[in-house]
Amino acid sequence: MTTVARERRTPSWARGLFGFVVFLVMLEIVPLSGLVPSRYLPPLHEIGEALGAAVSEAEFWIAVGDTLGGWGLGLSIALGAGIVLGLLIGSSGLLLRFTASTIEFLRPIPSVALIPLAVLMFGTEIESKLMLIVYAAFWQVLIQVLYGVRDVDPVARDTARSFRFGAWSRIRHVVWPTALPYVMTGFRLAATVALVLAITAELVIGNPGLGKQIATARSSGAVETMYALVLVTGVIGVLVNVGVRLVERRVLAWHPSVRREVPA
Amino acid sequence: MLDVRGLRKVYGGEGGRSVEALRDLTFTLQEGELACLVGPSGCGKTTLLKCVSGLLAPTAGEVRLAGEPVHEPPEGMAMVFQEYGRSLFPWMTNAQNVELPLKERNVPKEERRLLVAETLASVGLEDVSSAYPWQLSGGMQQRVAIARAVAYQPKVLLMDEPFAAVDAQTRADLEDLLRGLWQRLGVTILFVTHDIDEAVYLGGRVIVLTNAPTVVQDDVAVDLPDERDQVSTRALPLFTELRSRIYEEIQRAKSGDGRVYSP
Amino acid sequence: MTRMLSLLRQVFVVLALPVVLLAVWWVTSAGSENFYLPPLSEILTTFGEVWFSGRIVSDVLPSLLRLAAGYTLAALVGVGLGIAVGSSKALRETVEPVLEFGRAIPPPVLVPVLMLIAGHGNSMKILVILSGCIWPILLNTVEGVRAVDEVLVDTGRTFRMRARSRLHHLVLPAASPQIFAGLRQALSLGIILMVISEMFAASSGLGFTIVQFQRGFAIPEMWSGIILLGIIGFGLSLLFRLVESRALRWYEGIRLAERGGSPSKT
Repeated sequence: MTTVARERRTPSWARGLFGFVVFLVMLEIVPLSGLVPSRYLPPLHEIGEALGAAVSEAEFWIAVGDTLGGWGLGLSIALGAGIVLGLLIGSSGLLLRFTASTIEFLRPIPSVALIPLAVLMFGTEIESKLMLIVYAAFWQVLIQVLYGVRDVDPVARDTARSFRFGAWSRIRHVVWPTALPYVMTGFRLAATVALVLAITAELVIGNPGLGKQIATARSSGAVETMYALVLVTGVIGVLVNVGVRLVERRVLAWHPSVRREVPA
Repeated sequence: MLDVRGLRKVYGGEGGRSVEALRDLTFTLQEGELACLVGPSGCGKTTLLKCVSGLLAPTAGEVRLAGEPVHEPPEGMAMVFQEYGRSLFPWMTNAQNVELPLKERNVPKEERRLLVAETLASVGLEDVSSAYPWQLSGGMQQRVAIARAVAYQPKVLLMDEPFAAVDAQTRADLEDLLRGLWQRLGVTILFVTHDIDEAVYLGGRVIVLTNAPTVVQDDVAVDLPDERDQVSTRALPLFTELRSRIYEEIQRAKSGDGRVYSP
Repeated sequence: MTRMLSLLRQVFVVLALPVVLLAVWWVTSAGSENFYLPPLSEILTTFGEVWFSGRIVSDVLPSLLRLAAGYTLAALVGVGLGIAVGSSKALRETVEPVLEFGRAIPPPVLVPVLMLIAGHGNSMKILVILSGCIWPILLNTVEGVRAVDEVLVDTGRTFRMRARSRLHHLVLPAASPQIFAGLRQALSLGIILMVISEMFAASSGLGFTIVQFQRGFAIPEMWSGIILLGIIGFGLSLLFRLVESRALRWYEGIRLAERGGSPSKT
């Protein structure tokens, strides 16, 4: 009833493409026109040249690998810990009540507060980066898992109990399927946060990776390279978002919360 | 009061496919009339009401309210939607919901207060004016929406299957409430429903629509007594007769060999 | 009497674990010889000495003011632009890919970029916070405005709501749950950016001071700084939740009503 389509409209991808091309053209024209001095913002083709030079060097790819490696490892640890602890705490009313205040206090502590501690303990080793990533990403996962466990239908819970399911199969067949969409939300949020903290650690602490390359490019005055690397981090960010959404859709393909999103 | 002439609506679909929802609709409502529109499900009733209310531009034809052509929602018209839960503003109390359209019309504060209290009382909801809509049952929410429309003091009230989403008991109450309001206020009402019983019980006239692309199939006068009652009116032979007649019309409309009514 | 008892029980439930954890920290760290893990008692004594002797005004307050400035600007610009973009389908489809790309850039890389353009001063730090915080606010506002219920929009139109009051009474409240979700994400980003913009380039401020302590191996002082940052993070999120629960009272009410009226049975 409500699907009102207008006659012959421009498809949305064409509009989006147009918008993006305008954006790129502006990146070229604005510095050339002198509106912004090119030592602050070099024109796009110079950034492109710098990017071309960078990708032909092994150093760049090692940096990309370092950033993604730290991101993936930190995210996996946070996911594992968040899911296990979340299911454990969430399944027990007693634990949930007694840990609530502590979780509410620890969660908003900015993980960057741990930077000095991480530097003292691990220097620029990967552990200092992991410490920041795991701390930030862990809470995102834990909180979502707790929401998910709380959302279990009381009728389903009672059904499972009336059939005398054991603790393991209650978690396996009742709690986990309900919590899964929340787990995926936590995964999505954690993946973004983990990337932000990976880059932060590299910029501020100096762990090897793209962030460090950006800091180096800035201090050596290689402005074009710095912008090229910034754009690369944006592309990695987009790829992370897209990848996470794909995983989410695959994992939840059977789930009503996804099926409901199909426009009626 | 309300003139609908040659109304046609074609939706342009994806890839050049277009759907003709309304083909050619013509009917007129006299002042103070309560007319019901019935038709098979999916016959474009909502499209028709959206065109009549000025929410949707028709492909051809025109709608006139008191002689003035309707291009956008006009001043003398109010609409009650089927989805009461989505039509009330959830961040406002019931009283604020009723008051908002009056504020938009710059009605002075004192008069607004009076109108809000009066209309909420007239639908039996004076006690819940400071509650929020979502704290009420579905039937009560729809009564708030009716109060809001009545307080707006429209010349024409459009109702889009307003009682389709409430339970049977509440529905009977709301039907009587609406009849009562209509008799007291003398407002013109165009009431869309898919329920034949409801159309006959409420209306002074029932307009039967065909399947999409929709035209008017028949226009039936309901000569039931003005004072109606859920039990005795529905037991009258005339009620049964009208109901069977309209039922058959709709069956024919569905199968597509309906004759086209011309006034 | 029973109400008294249940209140006491609630206080016990809230405080039990934190007290136990602090006690464990206190006892195990007492007389600690580990250079990096000084006794908690020493950290707490240092806390008072370090922060209440003028640093609150000279370092903490400026940091918080920069955060407030950048965050407020981001909220105003983000919600304003978000409403404009969300209200027009053509505009939304045109700019969405660019906005998604902007959001995907990890905000910390803006620090070196904006240092280049805006130097090392206050304006650079405010700009960093603004340009990092704006994305979640902007994109959530767009999404919220886009998803305003169609029946509600039709209702507003049939009652001839004027543009101003449609914005004020319809679009903004309807989008507010989404907007607040964006504001919440932006707040934690803002704190991160406040700290690292000062760690990267500054001569004062909270982030700068903590890094100074670490570089000078002033370990108890460093710990006190970490604790202060924790308190600030917790305090700001508490403040945010207060504001949010006031503004979204109706929304919480609906969610409870939809769950069958029983408030959060765990």
